[in-house]
Amino acid sequence: MSEHPAVAQLKGQFGDKVLKVEEFRGQTSVTVPKEEIVAVCTFLRDSCGYNFLTDLCGVDYLGRTPRFTVVYQLYNIGAHTRLRLKAEVEEGDCRIDTVTGVWSTANWFERECWDLMGIDFVGHPDLRRILLPEDWSGHPLRKDYPVQGPDREPYQGRLS
Amino acid sequence: MAKTETMTINMGPQHPSTHGVLQLVLELDGEIVRKITPHIGFLHRGVEKLAEHRTYHQVLPLTDRLDYLAPMHNNLGYVLAVEKLLGIDDQIPERANAVRVLMAELTRIKSHLVWLATHALDIGAMTVFLYCFRERERIMDFYEKISGARMTSNYFRVGGLSSDLPDGIEKEIRAFIDEMPGHVDTYEGLLSGNVIWQKRVMGVGVIEAKDAIDIGLTGPALRASGVDWDLRRDQSYCDYDKYDFQVITGKDGDTWTRYKCRLDEIRESCKIVRQVLDGLKPGPILADCPKVCLPPKKDVVNTIEGLIHHFKIITEGFKPEPGEVYVGVENPKGEVGYYLVSDGSPHPYRMKIRPASFVNLQALPQMAEGAMIADVIAIIGTLDVVLGEIDR
Repeated sequence: MSEHPAVAQLKGQFGDKVLKVEEFRGQTSVTVPKEEIVAVCTFLRDSCGYNFLTDLCGVDYLGRTPRFTVVYQLYNIGAHTRLRLKAEVEEGDCRIDTVTGVWSTANWFERECWDLMGIDFVGHPDLRRILLPEDWSGHPLRKDYPVQGPDREPYQGRLS
Repeated sequence: MAKTETMTINMGPQHPSTHGVLQLVLELDGEIVRKITPHIGFLHRGVEKLAEHRTYHQVLPLTDRLDYLAPMHNNLGYVLAVEKLLGIDDQIPERANAVRVLMAELTRIKSHLVWLATHALDIGAMTVFLYCFRERERIMDFYEKISGARMTSNYFRVGGLSSDLPDGIEKEIRAFIDEMPGHVDTYEGLLSGNVIWQKRVMGVGVIEAKDAIDIGLTGPALRASGVDWDLRRDQSYCDYDKYDFQVITGKDGDTWTRYKCRLDEIRESCKIVRQVLDGLKPGPILADCPKVCLPPKKDVVNTIEGLIHHFKIITEGFKPEPGEVYVGVENPKGEVGYYLVSDGSPHPYRMKIRPASFVNLQALPQMAEGAMIADVIAIIGTLDVVLGEIDR
């Protein structure tokens, strides 16, 4: 059981919906179902003091099912504690609810995640590309997108 | 009754205050800004994608080039994240940490000087620009002597520093730090009492603490709204907790308060640098981790172990165990964080940068809609954005 105070609160509120709790180098990650993401974020903000969304991004675990993970880095400005929240997203249903209603700062982060990773944020007020041109095809941070460009073979990795 | 229509104009990317790579689409009702739509991405270089195909050491030069006004801070965030991932963050020698703080605070002064210079210039005050660049040049000279480069310093290493301080540099830095508060007084003397300056910045771009937190502001832009939060104190790294300094906060959340906060931060940085110099002791500058840190050159040419370690680190890199970490540092613009995912290979499986400028710029429409068109310039300046960091 994690010593992180928010984990006990989350388990008390959401029970089995807290799918996984991981500890690594003193940092805590909690995985929840993507259907619960807005409820969990709202609870963390209102009841656990996580009033600051530091960062939001996607990770592509190509070859694994579900393929994508959306990662939320949260910060409690009062207690100065961090918590990492994760939700897994399948390739065939590559979408998750937006948390822009919980923290406004999620707006650009979610646009970036859509632009580079191709994860759709349902209910986002203005979901369009942010770092790449509107007519760009594909999502470059996906692992099967070639590092040299869209018309090249996928890079095999210099050292792996 | 007269019919009014709004007019849409483009501000930037060529406008001097938009740094050549920021486009704002403004919807104007006379001189009042009704809507702002920022367009970014003109500089996007795919740094995060590139990082996935390089060893952890090879990623380091990519981080300099994000915020080219505070390269050492961006280096620092990255090396701290890698050290955390490796689990060697408690093995960094005392001298390496002290020099990291020294350089980070000099960089904060340097970054704030460019901010003040260009912010004042955008609003129409040129003298301050010349004075600030005069002082900044001194710090660039320190950069050159210490790291060998003026802009892309690439000085920090995973485990410590690339080299020790050159002889005699402490004396030069101390002389500079002794003069610097006087220079800050000069800048204030030129601007703070100036009625034109006051009218251009007071009450402009106001953002309340709650809204600032909600939109994700960090650094001086957040502290000027009254939020007493600084990662150097609240999530201390590099032994920042050893030093006595004040976290500068304001309460009005306007352009004037952000200006005053940054000037006071320069004074506090001078205090920290002085304390570092007072306590600087000789010692190693790299952690004792031969599988991670490159050995000294004399060991590479004189010992077989040194040669092998050098060869292995350069050709293969090192392999942190699978896991993920996030580390944020207090940069001049705000929190810059690195989220690293390791799959046990010698290069990051995923690197996500949390850029302070990217998030701070998102607050621009909220701060400037309803203001005059001339205020947009003042508000962009007060956010202190660097597009290299925004676009990555």
